[in-house]
Amino acid sequence: MRLLTFQGGIHPYEGKELTMEKPIEIYLPKGDMVYPLSQHIGAPAKPLVKKGDSVLAGQRIAEAGGFVSAHIHASVSGTVKAIEPRLTAGGNKVNSIVIENDGKFDTVDFEANVKPWEELSREEILALIQDAGIVGMGGAGFPTHVKLSPKHVDQIDYIIVNGSECEPYLTSDYRRMLEEPEKLIQGLTIVLKLFPNASGIIAIEDNKPKALKLLKEKTEGMERITVHSMKTKYPEGAERQLIYANTGRYINSSMLPADAGCIVHNVDTVVAICEAVCYGIPLIDRIVTVTGDAVANPVNYKVLLGTNMQELIDATGGFPGKEPEKIVAGGPMMGKALFSTDVPIVKGSSAILCMLEDEAAMYEPSNCIRCGRCVAVCPGRVNPSRLAKLAEHGKLEDFVNEDGMECCECGCCSYVCPAKRHLTQTIAATRKSILANRKK
Amino acid sequence: MTELKKISSSPHVRHEDSTTGIMLDVIIALLPAAIMGIYNFGISAFILILVCIASCVASEWAFQYFMKRRVTISDCSAIVTGLLLALNLPASLPWWMAVLGSVFAIVLVKQLFGGIGQNFMNPALAARCFLLLSFAKPMTTFVYDAVTTATPLAVLKAGGQVDVLRMFMGSTAGTIGETSAAALLIGGAYLLFRRVIDIRIPAAYIGTFTICIAIYAMASGRGLDIAFITAHLCGGGLMLGAIFMATDYVTSPITAKGRLIYGVLLGLLTFILRSPWNPATAAEGVSYSILCGNLLVPVIERFTAPKAFGKGAEKHE
Repeated sequence: MRLLTFQGGIHPYEGKELTMEKPIEIYLPKGDMVYPLSQHIGAPAKPLVKKGDSVLAGQRIAEAGGFVSAHIHASVSGTVKAIEPRLTAGGNKVNSIVIENDGKFDTVDFEANVKPWEELSREEILALIQDAGIVGMGGAGFPTHVKLSPKHVDQIDYIIVNGSECEPYLTSDYRRMLEEPEKLIQGLTIVLKLFPNASGIIAIEDNKPKALKLLKEKTEGMERITVHSMKTKYPEGAERQLIYANTGRYINSSMLPADAGCIVHNVDTVVAICEAVCYGIPLIDRIVTVTGDAVANPVNYKVLLGTNMQELIDATGGFPGKEPEKIVAGGPMMGKALFSTDVPIVKGSSAILCMLEDEAAMYEPSNCIRCGRCVAVCPGRVNPSRLAKLAEHGKLEDFVNEDGMECCECGCCSYVCPAKRHLTQTIAATRKSILANRKK
Repeated sequence: MTELKKISSSPHVRHEDSTTGIMLDVIIALLPAAIMGIYNFGISAFILILVCIASCVASEWAFQYFMKRRVTISDCSAIVTGLLLALNLPASLPWWMAVLGSVFAIVLVKQLFGGIGQNFMNPALAARCFLLLSFAKPMTTFVYDAVTTATPLAVLKAGGQVDVLRMFMGSTAGTIGETSAAALLIGGAYLLFRRVIDIRIPAAYIGTFTICIAIYAMASGRGLDIAFITAHLCGGGLMLGAIFMATDYVTSPITAKGRLIYGVLLGLLTFILRSPWNPATAAEGVSYSILCGNLLVPVIERFTAPKAFGKGAEKHE
């Protein structure tokens, strides 16, 4: 069968061999836990606790600040130490609840209100997902209950589970698929119940043959679920490219996937839905890959949200040799560089990547030689070299007219540029300022 | 926390290919043609190649140094320009003319417009045409085996017969680098293998030209004369132009569709300039075609701008 894919894209060094074969280890935090009130798209959550309160793991400590927002739950038992601005992986300070971890990990009774999910109505399932504070865990952090409430429920044709994990180095979704395939399939089955006309697709890149085989076996005989094998290429898991590869449908920057009858979920998100609906467990942990050439023992950790990143790095054995030049939260293509590792793991943290060398700083940009490689690899099918030039010259109107806003900031153009120009960075900065001006 | 880490916006990894690396690949790909040129035309060809490269690099350095700009000779692009220019000159050309051409290529065509990536014409070709207009006689006198000889295309035009195999191997009269189609094809294969050039331009160029010349051969009563067609393909710098000059990144379209159109256009232009109803022998038909094509690149790009992913997609209602 021809592998599903899209036009363009790149093949960077994958780095997945570092952690692919490493089973998920559970990490129990020792230090203080930090819960930023804004780890999702939408209004920040409002604290429900105050300094000095004692909390249990799984207890809701902040409630959603609106419909497009999400609750936040404590992941350890202990005492509220402070509610104050704390540094996050995004580089800014966000109002956060700090909990002193008592090390006991006493939890609330998760199972108290659990009913067999088959008996639940659509509204009850959505309420359970909302109560669990689930957001998209691929990084964007869009509240899942909002995503699952499109205008026309009967017009959703596909629920796609994004198992492509196309970012180099990341193996958290892969390990999840290998170790907890039942939960993934269960979660997808629950989502499918919400959409009577939809069929479920689990889309996986062909560099994960074990996961493909396992999920195909586990879903055998399930009428509504198929497992798709996709070509290994970055950014196969970018939402628009993923939808195109699996359904042949196009969406652009002014559309939501639901406009094309699709809803896309991250692997961890679907597992979280299963845990919330079937076991009553709110979103308090996730899988994080700690990896890179600077790390002594790269691992896949199951981490409680709020855990300090430095603590996590130390737990792997720290940096035995040279200190890394750069530490990235997420993958090397779209992750955010950290100037300090004193930041918490949040719902969207998929990896901590510690690189001995900072390739981005190794080269000095020179003139564009118009080789056209950026155009050839651009999955958004725009002309990055031209857009960057327009952006540098401040020609914002032309930038918009020539589809600058269709850029998904995947980084392919900067990656291939032989003149080492900062194409993605220039375009991304310009998009940001145009979007900010539109809001005014 | 001991110290702050380096930060920058994503992506944090880069492909290893660089401008310098690409230039080195082009130089490697030109070596077979250069070696064949030296083998065919002797030491004078070798000296001319050295003169061109040295004066290109020197004038780039001097211009940037005295204009207080960042000196970029280490990107090797001036070496490529010098080498390409030399391969487009007859081996018998006086060295000072070659120097003049090199300075013209680097200073007037390349640096005055902003240096690498900014020139709108291929520097080596512009310099060749500048020299042709300035020194018509020495630029069109081709010596082979110590005898002034007509180029195969001129022989063809006059109704004579040419030895196609010799043309393919390169033992005929012509500029230093254009005579050996075999050497040029080896270089082209290397560039394709290294993914330096896009096959669209040479394929569309040579393909279009072949079709035109075949139609002409049929129409003029020769029938499908393979020897005639091959002679046209191997002669007059078509291979050198199609593989190395038309594929110059800076002066060719950046879009895939644009490259196809550009190649077709060059094929047509070359055919027209070489055609029998053109009274001149137009040994430089290829050079003029590519220069004309260069000027049309912005227009071609405007009409072949890629269509953004999902543009015009409709909501499923």
